[in-house]
Amino acid sequence: MNKTSYDNFTRGIIRENPIFVMMLGMCPTLGVTSTALNGLGMGIATLFVLLLSNSIISFLKNLIPYKVRIPCYIVITATFVTVVDLLMAAYFPNLHATLGIFIPLIVVNCLILGRAEAFASKNTVFQSVLDALGMGIGFTLALTLLGLVREVLGTGSIFGWSFVEEGAETMLLFIMPPGAFLALAGLIVLVNQLRGAHK
Amino acid sequence: MSKPIKSTAFTMTFALVSVAVFSALILGGVYQLTLEPIKKAKSNQELQAIRDVVYGDFANNPYEERYQIAVSHGKGKVDLFPARDENGKITSVAIKTYSKNGFGGKIEMMLGLMVDGTINKYKIIEHKETPGLGSKITESRFSDQFHGMNPGKKGFKVKQDGGDIDAVTAATISSRAVVDAIRRGYKALNKLSTGKTHE
Repeated sequence: MNKTSYDNFTRGIIRENPIFVMMLGMCPTLGVTSTALNGLGMGIATLFVLLLSNSIISFLKNLIPYKVRIPCYIVITATFVTVVDLLMAAYFPNLHATLGIFIPLIVVNCLILGRAEAFASKNTVFQSVLDALGMGIGFTLALTLLGLVREVLGTGSIFGWSFVEEGAETMLLFIMPPGAFLALAGLIVLVNQLRGAHK
Repeated sequence: MSKPIKSTAFTMTFALVSVAVFSALILGGVYQLTLEPIKKAKSNQELQAIRDVVYGDFANNPYEERYQIAVSHGKGKVDLFPARDENGKITSVAIKTYSKNGFGGKIEMMLGLMVDGTINKYKIIEHKETPGLGSKITESRFSDQFHGMNPGKKGFKVKQDGGDIDAVTAATISSRAVVDAIRRGYKALNKLSTGKTHE
């Protein structure tokens, strides 16, 4: 793997992480991450859609006239989201029950359209696939991490495995919407410190 | 790198139409493919919920043998699933009932009633109550007290309303909604056994 390919792949994971650095797709980020498992599920669903949409858009990039590119991208993305939605309902009904209302929102996730516009429409299929994988993994990691923090603080469990006794007082705020903002802000500070963004 | 084709009226129309047609084809195919598995997953989920609340095991398929009963002056409906033993005798009934009076909106539950109307168990299928407060209606510490109660009796109310049921602390509204849902299911069972409904 040459340097550009490697760069396109790793960029999304930490250096240009969609959530902690680019702050794209905040709606699912704040909405579904009440547990680590939900975050992971949403991340993987988004990764899958991003992979499909990026490769198809990159493949069709010269056949789509510039002026109508956005509607075309949205129809393509919406198709794949519906495919993921149906497949999930058929084969992972439990996960679908929790993530159900957030799956259709992947269509308008800025991350998907952002990568289509900024990367897939200008690069080869192979590079777009690498970009989608990197961004998708970065998104999944961030969502899982955020879900983990909120789950540990809010319900006293990790991936559904509880480490406090039943009925114990936990910081419920963290599984409610305001807690999502607080936890996300804390994580962004931490990640940016680690990245050395303020040097 | 080659440029995308020019945006003329013809190319734009052609691109949009072909993207839409291909999307429709893909969606149609996936829909057909997942139709059966989704149906099966749904019935499995319901069957599991029924098994959780009825008394003992059943020999028939209660999901196939359901009755729909109109409630609330025809505005709502609940599903009744009779569980039968090997001889075809009804041992208990699972009722998918609901209440719209939850703190966060609608609460759906699977309620298990014995033939005489006494409560066996209930299981909340869907709710939007406050995590950690109203959501405690799903926990056995609250739900166990209903076992053996008869919703037709006078004291079937939360203590705040002068009844015998201990409401969840700081979640009286959610507890009332549970009572409301159980009452609705009980009424539906009475309607069925007195024959005041069409099957």
